[in-house]
Amino acid sequence: MILLARLQFAFTIAFHIIFPAFTIGLASYLAMLEGLWLKTGRDVFLRLYRFWVKIFAVSFGMGVVSGLVMSYQFGTNWSLFSELTGNVLGPLLGYEVLTAFFLEASFLGIMLFGWQKVGPKLHFISTCVVAVGTLMSAFWILAANSWMQTPAGYEIRDGVFFATDWIEVIFNPSFPYRFVHMVLAAYITTGTVVAAVAGYHLLKGTRTEPSRVMMNMAVGFLAIVVPLQILAGHEHGANVYEHQPIKLAAMEGHWETYESHAPLVLVGFPNEETESNDFSFSVPNIGSLIVTGSFDGKIRGLKEWPAEERPPVGWVFWSFRIMVGLGMIMLFNGLYGAFALWRGTLHQQRWFHRLLMFSAPAGFVALITGWITAEVGRQPWTVYGLLTTADSVSPVTASAVGTSLIVFVFAYTIVFGAGLHYILQMVRRGPDRKIEPRSVPPDEPVLGLPLALGREVPPDPQQR
Amino acid sequence: MEALNLPFIWAGLLAVAVFMYLMLDGFDLGLGILFPFAATDEDRDVMMNSVAPVWDGNETWLVLGGGGMFAAFPKAYAALMPAVYMPIFFMLTALIFRGVAFEFRFKASGSGRRIWDQAFHWGSVIATFSQGLVLGAIVQGITLEDGRFAGGMFDWLTPFSFVVGCSLVWGYVLLGSAWLIIKSEGELLAWSRKVAIAAAGVVLLMMVIVSFWVPALDAAAADQWGLRYPNVDWSKLAPLLPIPALVLVAFVQLVRSVRNHSLYGPYLWSISLFLLGFIGLLIGIFPYIVPYELSFTDAAAAPNAQALLLVGAVIMLPIILAYTAYVYWIFRGKVAADAGYHH
Repeated sequence: MILLARLQFAFTIAFHIIFPAFTIGLASYLAMLEGLWLKTGRDVFLRLYRFWVKIFAVSFGMGVVSGLVMSYQFGTNWSLFSELTGNVLGPLLGYEVLTAFFLEASFLGIMLFGWQKVGPKLHFISTCVVAVGTLMSAFWILAANSWMQTPAGYEIRDGVFFATDWIEVIFNPSFPYRFVHMVLAAYITTGTVVAAVAGYHLLKGTRTEPSRVMMNMAVGFLAIVVPLQILAGHEHGANVYEHQPIKLAAMEGHWETYESHAPLVLVGFPNEETESNDFSFSVPNIGSLIVTGSFDGKIRGLKEWPAEERPPVGWVFWSFRIMVGLGMIMLFNGLYGAFALWRGTLHQQRWFHRLLMFSAPAGFVALITGWITAEVGRQPWTVYGLLTTADSVSPVTASAVGTSLIVFVFAYTIVFGAGLHYILQMVRRGPDRKIEPRSVPPDEPVLGLPLALGREVPPDPQQR
Repeated sequence: MEALNLPFIWAGLLAVAVFMYLMLDGFDLGLGILFPFAATDEDRDVMMNSVAPVWDGNETWLVLGGGGMFAAFPKAYAALMPAVYMPIFFMLTALIFRGVAFEFRFKASGSGRRIWDQAFHWGSVIATFSQGLVLGAIVQGITLEDGRFAGGMFDWLTPFSFVVGCSLVWGYVLLGSAWLIIKSEGELLAWSRKVAIAAAGVVLLMMVIVSFWVPALDAAAADQWGLRYPNVDWSKLAPLLPIPALVLVAFVQLVRSVRNHSLYGPYLWSISLFLLGFIGLLIGIFPYIVPYELSFTDAAAAPNAQALLLVGAVIMLPIILAYTAYVYWIFRGKVAADAGYHH
């Protein structure tokens, strides 16, 4: 029963997390494109805006519907958790709805369908409002998630959590790190996709001008942000070391405690039976240095805790390594790309375009493996150290959870399969060639037209 | 903050959120239900285009309803959700298919497009019916033990909840047709008027049935209305009689406004009808938030949690209402019938 409920949560959130993360980055990118277009008047920015806004619309729609599932799942599958933590987490989620969801949903309408109804400035403001909305949403949901990881500002009476200091609840110890790490991850994911689309079209030799602009923007962006992300990730790791040492031990694959000079386990197969790593390869001494900043740093090993308090070590260990590995690939893409851009050879190097194209899923996979590291790593707790996952689950039958899980898997496969299909279709088609003067008389409000975003561009607002 | 009766305020705010949802998402779900019955593909385009810019915001009220209950009444949320596990799950699945249909329909062509048309229609029907089931299951009462759900997985499935489900389908059809009267022209408009009249009749009938049924569900509800069959307590019933009287007034005005070709009248009178029905149900279950076990005072979150969120709600709700109104204003007026014209 609990396994089914966890599987359902893991499945639905793994699907869900992809879309908000992508749309957080894309919304900011769109705001940037529209701002550049208004500032420079260059057509290419508008063409790019119109191309990405279609993809944004589809992703956003999928994020909304999969998010709706999440907001009810707390109650249906995790009702005890909701009952016990509602006093603390409820207001945070309430604020997310009040300050972010309505904002995004309402102004999205203007962003998608308002070209003929409002002026370019107001349209730009709507895009910015949507972008801000996505960030506010991330703020609140990560505050809630971080509080579950590193609870603060609360007291427990009769097993029920009560907030004693809201500032401490919201700005709990891991929140600033997690928020920065997650938002940068969202930006990088989007940047990686933009670079991949640019690489694809440059390889095909189509849509050269917008693709070059996209590629320049994307590699420049990655070159700056990926190093920042590595720094942020490192700081986040130091925070885990301080507050969730078991998780850190699992990430690092340390079974024994090292008072100093801990090695860095590069690869290996953590074995929970023998409480050691099979076939491991480590670099001596630098583990302490990387985690604590000093060779003399102490790293506690998994054996310090009883087996039932440890997370599934293999999952945490490997998902962490996949995330870091993909981060390195994206770092290379950004740094080499920026170097080639500086040398003026970026648009000619086909092998690099191919690399960028195949890197398209790197951001998404890194995002999901990072999330697995964080969430599996805090097991067996929902509220870290205070409320176990087993004590959080609803009094519903396993067959109900199992059935709904199967149907969700089925429904998500169809819906998100179709969504991916349409997104890839739009990507293949690429940005529209030229902004042509539309056949529509601009003074005739045709509400129907802009809806057909996937097939037709909205009339050029400059024609007004 | 001590002077305020926070649980009462929050119960009121939650009721407002649910009513906003009924009023707004009701019409776009209603359009989905009516969708395949429209005469032509152009009509269907108009129907979909008339709600495309706003449906997302409308559905957010449902998130506020769920999130608000979690925040302000976590015990009620934890007790209710397992009880209505399956209808909630039907509703969510249906809303997924319906929501993505808005985007996918225009990206697909040929048979793909037909599939998303069907998804839009059936998603709307099932989501609406499931909402009715949830509403019916709540009104008929939830079995709790020590404040936690202790009933069976199929408690929600009763003749009463089935009837409420059907009522809501017709209710949304009424709202959808009234919305279409505002947005459409020509033959579609004439058709919408016919649908509105028919739906209004069915809705009135359903309201009568449900009204007489609710007092039979539980002694507490019976006492609220003074109708402990076969006894009638006039001292309780009499002050409430204006409600059914107003229902009749609203119904007559609704039919009249449709006949007089009023633009906004049908929609306004339809939501009046909804409001009266909603108030009627709330009176039956008052003061329970999980009928007939947990009152809203007992289910309330800690005062500091309710107070914190109230500050946000007091500041944000007027702003939300303002920009929602602004978006509706931007997209005001008739939707042109030549939606697919330029392709």
